[in-house]
Amino acid sequence: MASDPVPVLEIEARLARGDFRLDAACRIAGEGITALFGPSGSGKSTLLRIAAGLERAAGRVAFGGETWADGRRFTPPHRRRAGLVFQDARLFPHLSVEGNLAYAEKRAGLGGPARAEVVEALDLAPLLARRPDTLSGGEQRRVAIGRALLAAPRLLLLDEPLSGLDLRRKGEILPLIAGLPDRFALPVVFVSHDLDEVAQLADRMVVLANGRVAAEGPIAVVMARLDVQEMTGRFEAGSLVEATVTGQDRAHHLTRLDLCGQPLEMPALDIADDTRIRLRIRARDVALATGPVEGLSIRNALAGTLADLIEEPDTAFAEAFVEIAPGTVIRARVTRAAVAALGLERGRQVRAIVKAGSFDRRMLVGRN
Amino acid sequence: MSEGDLQAVLLTLRLAAVTTLVLLALALPLAWWLSRTRSRLKPAVEALTALPLILPPTVLGFYLLVMLGPQTGFGRLWLEVTDTTLTFSFLGLVVASVIYSLPFAVQPLQSAFESTGRGPMEAAATLGAGPFDAFRTVALPLAWRGLLTAAVLSFAHTVGEFGVVLMVGGNIPGETRVISIAVYEHVETLDYGAAHRLSLGLVAFAFVTLLAVYALNGRGRRVGV
Repeated sequence: MASDPVPVLEIEARLARGDFRLDAACRIAGEGITALFGPSGSGKSTLLRIAAGLERAAGRVAFGGETWADGRRFTPPHRRRAGLVFQDARLFPHLSVEGNLAYAEKRAGLGGPARAEVVEALDLAPLLARRPDTLSGGEQRRVAIGRALLAAPRLLLLDEPLSGLDLRRKGEILPLIAGLPDRFALPVVFVSHDLDEVAQLADRMVVLANGRVAAEGPIAVVMARLDVQEMTGRFEAGSLVEATVTGQDRAHHLTRLDLCGQPLEMPALDIADDTRIRLRIRARDVALATGPVEGLSIRNALAGTLADLIEEPDTAFAEAFVEIAPGTVIRARVTRAAVAALGLERGRQVRAIVKAGSFDRRMLVGRN
Repeated sequence: MSEGDLQAVLLTLRLAAVTTLVLLALALPLAWWLSRTRSRLKPAVEALTALPLILPPTVLGFYLLVMLGPQTGFGRLWLEVTDTTLTFSFLGLVVASVIYSLPFAVQPLQSAFESTGRGPMEAAATLGAGPFDAFRTVALPLAWRGLLTAAVLSFAHTVGEFGVVLMVGGNIPGETRVISIAVYEHVETLDYGAAHRLSLGLVAFAFVTLLAVYALNGRGRRVGV
């Protein structure tokens, strides 16, 4: 997960439309994948449209050394070379899939990716002769991404690239998107309201709430620190960790993982050894113990130091942050009664107990 | 068919063809602007464009006669520059027909552009297509039904006009004597046989044209007029 790459896209946007107010400033890294995350109506898509030049707002948009928009200047969308994949794909209905790709290619100038490369990366070969209205939602998305790439963008913006797709199709498209920044050497920004998608894809994230930026930074940091109270009901707080597959326990249908030198088990994954995967561990799925535990069915116990403990006033709960390795934190939601009974305090050596079944296996992206 | 009537038929077709071409050239930008603008002027421009739909052709023809005539404004300027008059000439008929049929060209195009919406144009822009490029390669092909409807209706409506022609063009064989005027003349001279031949031809033409338009816009889609 990226540390702190140089920002390439800077947006500072103010916009009022009816009841909706956008007043957001964020900086998008020049590499990897950045997620714009927030509940619907928080202004994510509007921010994306402002970046692409389809929407005008007060403020400033700059890319690299160029100013795309400020009070006086405005670079129209067709001169920005910011590829935008719309939620509804927006393939041209009067052209075949191949015609759609050619349309973008023709306007790419020099230096765009090779058509064959894009067709291969997104598995478009079987679709080339089809008409857009005969494609499924997932196929349309793939063609739209391919079309955007062929226009030789310097930045790829994806608006809810996985919404409306079933889990199987999501599982197919996720790894394709995950591979885009490296394969085509461009930064990718995607909008999502699904934390699991964000967890699997993003290196960095910008959290939007009510038209404002609530948090931004490397994904593991933001995820671990997301304020639950502010977003109650929208998603559940948790931590994001990266583990490596070390082997399979075929007899028990388990996959063994290594998480910062500590063993971890989860229900069997069809993933090769040495593959790195991201796991999102929800705070409510984690229990704390002060020493070795015996006589418990849960076998995942990650030793660490209690780095932080935040008691939520007027509730039964406290949020505990267990540092299991430098920079890797597991978040646990425990009762304040337990905090008192166990005498939990900062600096204490504890074990984070995680049930094997609590990992979300549906949208895992393997990384090498 | 007499030689005079044949001449009237050919003149009518020539007038309709020229009018259609001029109309499309004018209506495309106008319809595009109307489909995209948020200007407060939009309703006023739409109303002006639609005026020929409800004005009696004689009223339209009367004002055109005054405007194009050699006594006033544009007509006098035209006379000075070209040494010809617009009234009672083929060119004057073209001007009058263009104005008279304007709504038949603008409205189908406007509704076609509106039904396409901004989506495809935005997509084209993010792929690097400039506004004119995107208009030519996306908006126009997507509006082809509207374009064809506009062309067919403009042509047919010009063939079918009478009052405006009578007011502005009169009845000069080979110059302004179109089919509808010829029919009128045959009836006045009680030559019902000749009137029948031309009239039946026009009925058949009108029916086939409308049939084509409705078939084109089939499956319950409105013509846009």
